Parts: sequence; C-alpha cells; structure tokens
Amino acid sequence: MAIVETKNLIFEYIRRDEEGNVEGITRAVDDVNLTINQGDFIAILGHNGSGKSTLAKHINAIHYPTEGTVWVDGKDTSEDANLWDIRQEAGMVFQNPDNQIIGQVVEEDVGFGPENLGIPTEEIWQRVEESLKAVGMYEFRKYSPNKLSGGQKQRVSIAGVIAMHPKCIVLDEPTAMLDPNGRKEVIRAVRALNDVEEITIILITHYMEEIIYANKVFVMDKGKIAMEGTPKEIFSQVDKLKSLRLDVPQVTLLAHELRKSGLSIPAGILTYKELVASLTAIRRRKGH
Amino acid sequence: MLRDITLGQYYQTDSIIHRLDPRVKLVTTVCYIISLFVVDNIVGYLLAGLFLALVIKLSKVPVKFMVRGMKSILFLLLIALIFNLFLTPGEVVVSFWKLQITKEGIRQAVFMAVRLVFLLMGSSVMTLTTTPNQLTDGMEKLLGPLRALKVPVHEIAMMMSIALRFIPILLEETDKIMKAQMARGADFETGNLIKKAKSLVPLLVPLFISAFRRANDLAMAMESRCYRGGEHRTKMKPLIYKKRDGLAYGAVFCYLVLCVVCGKILW
Repeated sequence: MAIVETKNLIFEYIRRDEEGNVEGITRAVDDVNLTINQGDFIAILGHNGSGKSTLAKHINAIHYPTEGTVWVDGKDTSEDANLWDIRQEAGMVFQNPDNQIIGQVVEEDVGFGPENLGIPTEEIWQRVEESLKAVGMYEFRKYSPNKLSGGQKQRVSIAGVIAMHPKCIVLDEPTAMLDPNGRKEVIRAVRALNDVEEITIILITHYMEEIIYANKVFVMDKGKIAMEGTPKEIFSQVDKLKSLRLDVPQVTLLAHELRKSGLSIPAGILTYKELVASLTAIRRRKGH
Repeated sequence: MLRDITLGQYYQTDSIIHRLDPRVKLVTTVCYIISLFVVDNIVGYLLAGLFLALVIKLSKVPVKFMVRGMKSILFLLLIALIFNLFLTPGEVVVSFWKLQITKEGIRQAVFMAVRLVFLLMGSSVMTLTTTPNQLTDGMEKLLGPLRALKVPVHEIAMMMSIALRFIPILLEETDKIMKAQMARGADFETGNLIKKAKSLVPLLVPLFISAFRRANDLAMAMESRCYRGGEHRTKMKPLIYKKRDGLAYGAVFCYLVLCVVCGKILW
C-alpha cells in the first residue's frame, strides 16, 4: 500500500526584492510523480539545490504543492483538516540537531511530540522509554541535550519522532553536520527502525555511502526525478551520476574503472566485500 | 567551557525542599518577601531569620553558596546602610562635622540591612532548589487564571523554557564568532567605551542573523511535531500537589500569622 504518493507535484518559490515586488519564480520541484510503499527504505539523492529538501517538506505538510497533489496515507496534504494527522503519521528529522531539540532534558524533548498530541501522561512515559530504547539513548534520558555529541542529538531527534508513532519518517540530510562516527550511529539507528519496527524511511542525503541500504533510490536534479531504481541499478550508471554532479563511493568507482579497462566484473558494485569476491572469482578462473 | 554554564544557580541534591512542588516554593518566596515588609521589630526579624535558617537547613544547600550570592549585593547593602544611618532624623547619638547618627538611624540601618540579606537569601533558596524548568512550569500553572484575561500564559512559559534551552547554544556561538572575527583582526579589548561598543557590531550582527535562522528552524521543527499552542496539550510531568506540599503551605500560613501577630502585639 502506498504511504506517500505524489502526482504532478510542482512547487514554486516566489522571489521578491526589498519592496516586495515579484522578482522571479523559482521552480524548486518540477512535475514529480512518485509512489512510496509502506515499509520501504527510500533514499533521495541530489546535489545542493536539486529540490530534494523541498520535496521532503511536502510530505510533512510544511510546504503545500503549487500544483499537483501529495497524499500521505491516502490523505491529501493540502486539506487543512488532515494537517495534524499527516504530521503525526509522517515525522520529520532535520539537518541541524541543535535547532530541533526543544526540551532541556533528553526525555522531555522526546515527550514533546506526544504532549502535543494530547496523549495521557502514563502513556507518554511509556512511549518515551520505548523510543529512547529503540535508538539506544535510554541511558542518556536525564542528560541535557547540550552535553551530547551530534550523532547522539540526532538519535534523540529521531526518538522524538518515533514517540509520535509515525508510519513514515522523513530524514532531511540528518547526517550533513555530523562526523563519520555520528553518521554511522544515525544510519544504524535508522536501519534498525526500518528492519524491526517496519517504519517507512525516506532518507534525503548527498552521501552515497548511506543509500546502499535503501531498497529504492531516487536521484533528483533541477527539481525533477532524474534517476530511479535500486542502489545497484543507480550505481551501475557511474557516468550519468557524475554528470549529475554526484560522487560515487570509491569502491564503486574503482570497480567501474576496472570494468572499463576490461576486467569482467559486474556493474554496480557497492561494497568492498562484493569487489573482493568478484576479483577473487576472476583470479580463480584465470589461475585454473 | 561555555556549555557547562548552569543557569539560575541550581544546586543538585536531594532534599525535602528540592522535592516540593515549584508552585509551593514560588508562593512561599512571595509570602516570605511580603512578611519581611510586614514585620518591623526584633521579634519579627528573629522569626523571619529562624524560618529562613530552618528552610536552608532542610534544603541541604551549603551555606557558602548563599554567602557567595551575597557578594553581588554588598555594594547595594553598603549604600542602604550609609543612607539610613546618616539621613534618618531623630535623637542624635554621635555627630561629627555635618553628619549625625541618630538612634532611629541605627535601628533603620540595621533593619534595612537584615531585610535585604533575608530577601536575597530567601529568593536564592528558591532558585538553588528548583530547576529553571520546574520554575517555568510552576509559573505557567500559577498564572493559569490570567488566561481568562487573555494573557498568553502557556506561550510565555514556552518562550521562557526555549530561551533557557538556547542560552548555552548562543553563548557558544558568540564565542565562535568572536574567535572568527579576532582571527580577521577584530579588536574587542582596547579603546574607550564607545570604541568598544562599536567593535561589538561585527559580533552582534552575525549572532542575530544566526539566532533568527535558528528560531525559524525551531519553529518548523515544532510544527512538524504537531505543536499547536497550549490547547489539547497534555503534560509529561504534570504538577500534582502531594501531602508534603499541603504541609508546606500550612507551615507558611502559620509563619505569616505569627509575623502579623508579632507586629500587632509588640508594635
């Protein structure tokens, strides 16, 4: 069943000069059609200004379409009556961990969403405990967010969203401001949510390494969907990715170059293990 | 490091005073301040002193924390003391040059000093034993009836708690911007007052811009988590009066009655 569906989605920013006159219109999202099924792990890739964040904000009803329609769990986001249902069902995690934590104590921040939903006190505590355990931050529940690392703060933000019991979580470049360790922590937490809790994940990123866990990838460019497919399919088109100004993981790039120079290895290699396996396979064939 | 700054001056320990409902502590502080202005004789002040000593003892906050807070009002205390000492008319005790010290003056000066010290100690017991969070919660609840007068009580409390959350972050940011500007040759230290004030412009402009950006981000994050003001909202940590809170109210009431009685009898 489709959890998120867009049809001919167009979104335009109106640029104004200092007097408020219209200077021009920027089309940030241009005629996007996509369907995301319940339980999917989706990655949306694109370089800066490709419209991927704008698209993400439509799923949480922060932006409304200029033209076209967005449905979240069958509900039209442009209808006011659906607003709070949609925001509960599609949680959102933003880029800057400091600017999305409201509470002064970790557990209070996680409780913020359920408080807004009007959940009874005992159930809030239960949900806070569950969510913090799901992202492995339970032992930090009494800490001040200011004392946590970037990756830990992002995990608290994710817990804050899970506590609202969403069907789908949109993560808008959650790792852009983190160090490599923090990135790993966050991606691990997100994968666990997808595997164990079967929450639909929409991960927006420009780190290629993070998309290999997705079961479907969309690549955006100039507001349009430029490529669509499994990570393998996407990574087998190294030249196209490069023309869209996206970096390919080093392993994939190496495999691609080896393939171009005549070695018979499959296209779309994603991990070191795969590369090693295919290289040893070739050696065995040649050796015997 | 800047991020270790604790706000207010909360002293972390576990005592009966710490566990009291913040509303009780707020009301008690207000009552205590009123009582200090009601009493006007030695018995009254002894009573106030005794009450304060008892509360400090119960709060398990070391007295040196209280004394540390006193330093900031030392100057004020001195001025109040001097003015009261020399400028109160009455029966002259000592006089030299044009200045006179009167009997009433001594009495006034001592009472004023004691009153100020008690006032500050009384209110710092509250801030030392209550987290800023509890304080905002308590205020929201206490000011609740004002909602009928269209005072946005919930919004004010929310703003206060967000401000508290962001103070350390903005301090850290100030530090960062300052270092960045110093690396480019900005000078924040030399020059007269006007020059120093001017040199703050390259610090304040980026700070304000970043604060607005943060506010914008935070508003979006709050909305995406279904925040829609105080209505329909439940509390994760609701304030509920316990038995000890009732007892505390009783004690404060007794204290107030005693103060008034002292004032009446020994006037």
